[in-house]
Amino acid sequence: MRVVLPSPLFSYSGGQREIEATSETLAQLMGVLDGRFPGMRHRIVDEQNRIRPHIRFFVNGDSATTLDHRLSADDEVLIVAALSGG
Amino acid sequence: MVSLLVGTRKGAFVYRGDTARKTWQVDGPHFLGSIVNHLVLDPRDGRTLLLAAKTGHLGPTVFRSTDGGKNWAEAKTPPAFKTVPSGEKGRAVDSVFWLTAGHVSEPDVWYAGTAPVGLFRSADGGATWAEVEGFNDRLYERIKDSVVNVPDGSLVHSILVHPEDPRRVYIGLSTGGVFESTDGGESWVPLNKGIEASFLPDGNAEFGHDPHLLAMHPLDPERLYQQNHCGIYRLDRPSVEWRRIGAHMPKEIGDIGFPVVLHPRDRECLWVFPMDGTDVWPRVSPGGRPAAYRSRDGGASWERQDRGMPERQAWWTVKRQAFCADARDPVGLYFGTTSGEIWSSTDEGASWSQISAHLPEIYSVVAAEV
Repeated sequence: MRVVLPSPLFSYSGGQREIEATSETLAQLMGVLDGRFPGMRHRIVDEQNRIRPHIRFFVNGDSATTLDHRLSADDEVLIVAALSGG
Repeated sequence: MVSLLVGTRKGAFVYRGDTARKTWQVDGPHFLGSIVNHLVLDPRDGRTLLLAAKTGHLGPTVFRSTDGGKNWAEAKTPPAFKTVPSGEKGRAVDSVFWLTAGHVSEPDVWYAGTAPVGLFRSADGGATWAEVEGFNDRLYERIKDSVVNVPDGSLVHSILVHPEDPRRVYIGLSTGGVFESTDGGESWVPLNKGIEASFLPDGNAEFGHDPHLLAMHPLDPERLYQQNHCGIYRLDRPSVEWRRIGAHMPKEIGDIGFPVVLHPRDRECLWVFPMDGTDVWPRVSPGGRPAAYRSRDGGASWERQDRGMPERQAWWTVKRQAFCADARDPVGLYFGTTSGEIWSSTDEGASWSQISAHLPEIYSVVAAEV
């Protein structure tokens, strides 16, 4: 699946905006991202597995509010830094 | 040379002084856009920097530099509460607010205080952090009804390790009170007797008070000072009863404020920076005329020190980590303002000059010999 990262995470991804990954849930995807870009998960998901307040996830354009959201191979996952947090 | 480590709402800056502490070279911003609550130097090696950061979007973490801020490494395991089973309500760190280096006999130990209230310890120089369970579990369970439900209020600051005993630690909790541990954080005892708490229904409550900053004298660690939400206090251990030395401040100024700074060699000498705590609590300089106040007799009397500061229409104040002293003779004093200015005095507060302006809101200023 295609995963699109917001600019606040570029310091982890080395400037990469889009990556390819394989995961069955958003929770699993967070593990994949953190394995590839250590430290990234904690900045966008808290220790209670809640998506942080100013981060949003969209799967194929629909908002996903919990990490147990299921994913398919051809999904597009958008991680967005909300229009807030200033 | 004296350096000033400055944490702001939008990043960190390092100001490096000349030998006279008159001209300053700025290095930064570091972590532009990050909310930097605290940037501190490890006094044990004079080299390692730790920085507490988050951004408007991203969660809280800690960065470490061993080369004066050229390169930074993020903590592998930042301060975080334990994950509770699904369906239960667990706490999550919102900000790392305070960093304290451990005892000189424990060179890799650090403590971090967080919002909401949490105490964390690192035994590897800040790379990985673990909960101090005696605090986060046992003490929190006892006091949680006093520290929850306060918007923006509950956080851990003023982690003070006794220089003669690494197991003896004082701590300040905004909307919680002062606590002492004598067993390295396993157990904690409230230390709030004598402190006013006008916002609590029980004026004699054991905890729930609102210390803004604690300070322990480096040469006499039994002498503690506290700038509280309700006044300026002093405690001489082993006594457990604070005395309100702010009662001797001018009535029109009051004794409300955030910081308290101690003279490094004279335990009777301290500075505070009053703010307006009347009616709706404007939290600005009283009357728009900022000033430090110094006591040279342990709080029995106070003198205003404002020469060089704006004489009118200056509506800023100084937050709890944003006023500090160096160890030179005469002592240098430095503070950062909510309006992004840095001011200094090289004559122990007799006169002041502005080092810098136009920074973001300043959260912390730490003087360090680098």
